[in-house]
Amino acid sequence: MKRSEKIIEAFLLACSLLTVLTTVGIIAVLLFETVRFFEVVPIWNFLTDTEWSPSFSKDQQHFGIMPLLAGTFLTTFIAMAVAVPLGITIAVYLSEYASNRVRNIVKPILEILASIPTIVYGYFALAFVTPYIQQAFPSLELNNFNALAPGIIMGIMILPLVSSLSEDALHAVPRMLREGSYGMGATKFQTAFRVVIPAALSGIAVSIILALSRAVGETMIVAIAAGNKPTLTFNPLNQVQTATTYIVQTVNGDVANDSIEYKTIYAVGMSLFIITLLLNNISFWLKKRYQQVYK
Amino acid sequence: MAKKLGKRMRQKQVRKNKWYEYQDKSYKYIALFATSIGVIILGILLYDVVLDGFGRIDLKFFLDSSSRKAKNAGIYAALGGTLWIMLLTTLIAFPIGIGAGIYLEEYNKKGRLSSILEINISNLAGIPSIIYGLLGLEIFSRTLMMGDTALTGALTLALLILPIIIVSTREALKTVPYNLREASFALGASKWQTIWHQILPASLPGIVTGAILAISRAIGETAPLIVIGAATYITSVPTWPNESFTVLPIQIFYWIGKPQHDFQVNAAAAIIVLLGITFLMNGVAVYLRYRWQKKVKW
Repeated sequence: MKRSEKIIEAFLLACSLLTVLTTVGIIAVLLFETVRFFEVVPIWNFLTDTEWSPSFSKDQQHFGIMPLLAGTFLTTFIAMAVAVPLGITIAVYLSEYASNRVRNIVKPILEILASIPTIVYGYFALAFVTPYIQQAFPSLELNNFNALAPGIIMGIMILPLVSSLSEDALHAVPRMLREGSYGMGATKFQTAFRVVIPAALSGIAVSIILALSRAVGETMIVAIAAGNKPTLTFNPLNQVQTATTYIVQTVNGDVANDSIEYKTIYAVGMSLFIITLLLNNISFWLKKRYQQVYK
Repeated sequence: MAKKLGKRMRQKQVRKNKWYEYQDKSYKYIALFATSIGVIILGILLYDVVLDGFGRIDLKFFLDSSSRKAKNAGIYAALGGTLWIMLLTTLIAFPIGIGAGIYLEEYNKKGRLSSILEINISNLAGIPSIIYGLLGLEIFSRTLMMGDTALTGALTLALLILPIIIVSTREALKTVPYNLREASFALGASKWQTIWHQILPASLPGIVTGAILAISRAIGETAPLIVIGAATYITSVPTWPNESFTVLPIQIFYWIGKPQHDFQVNAAAAIIVLLGITFLMNGVAVYLRYRWQKKVKW
């Protein structure tokens, strides 16, 4: 009897240790291939070269990550420009203004947005948003593949993340604070922006950083609609290649196990991993450090 | 003089108050509009996809597989592959995820180990899915020589959704009141007997809801499966997990990449099927959660 209990506990422990093993595995795999990559390409070139062309012939190869990061930065920036103002406005509306009925209708709909597979968003960006912008604003001369449309759609994809986490943060601000503000004759708007939002700022910041990290790692939307030409540009009308897109498009055409291209996807993956890991841990730290506890 | 000044200040204050009221009201409408943007875009997205693809869906579309001709192509192999992946991922991820959740919540709630595990799980949840693909490619596909099989895909996706299942299992276990455990212990039940006969049945709907949502996430994942090398052009459903496979999202990705318009129509039609599966699973999960919340009151 006692023994079977022990065995079960050991099994359950093993299950939870598997998550540690996953982390170790990810870091080991990325590190192993990245080190092999840096044996061929000096790390300085990787960080400072402004061209990325691993598939070219040997004398014309360049391995500068900057164009890929520029692409990632550009699409992420557009997504945040859409998601942050909209998301916070929605959060304020739902937590301060909306009636229960409206909230019960709107929140599940936003949840649906979060459950749609990203490949569907990619199709939508390519087949609807880009042609629509081209038709509505022909003077923009928007490329068929561009950073703008996938950026906007990525913003819609991360919108539920920003709005629901921010709303949780606003919701956690105690009623007393609001009533104090109303008692001084403040309107809902003044209360929301001068009392409630400042009190919930750390929670809102956490939601923004998590959304940022999600946008950086998002793959399919940009792989479908943003193009595949790595260029160091901040022009959203042109095509760009993001870090994630590069990985997908490289493995999609067969690469040999030992080729330099195979190693590049791990070096790019490592860069992505480091960026998202940093962002996530900043958000954890913010949450722990600045979360106000009201009694 | 003082009286006059007071009047002027009052007038100024009245004007200010009017402006604040106006500000408040207009913000309400702006916010309502912002909120409806999400709803509107969801509507346009669904309308666009249905408009593009609905006419293409017929019985033949479900029975055909990849073909060079768009009119002869269908989703038979992809849908079969998706069902395989769903089954295998469930079999791998459910026991491990639920087991880990039970361990963290019931056995080792406040140890140093559990705080390390907790930080680790939050970090895993934030890693982009494509990185899991790189892990699967190197470990399962190349080092363990499993290749681009359905098993490799399922193992990779199982690791991807483990954090989600663990977190939702813990949330469900947390809702079971401590009294229940004490009552069970008082009757002489062992720890595992308590968990198996009392706590798990009481928290099962919550656990299942979380697990269904996790699987529905796995169904829609594309990037990690492309990275492990899932085939894009395949005409048969795997008969066993050690065979090559394709899934709906990859089939859609392949069709979107084709220049011919007819393939875009195929992609839209396949998207309708994929969305149908996703919404169905989410609907079941939401229904379970709703029924559970109504029924159980501690």
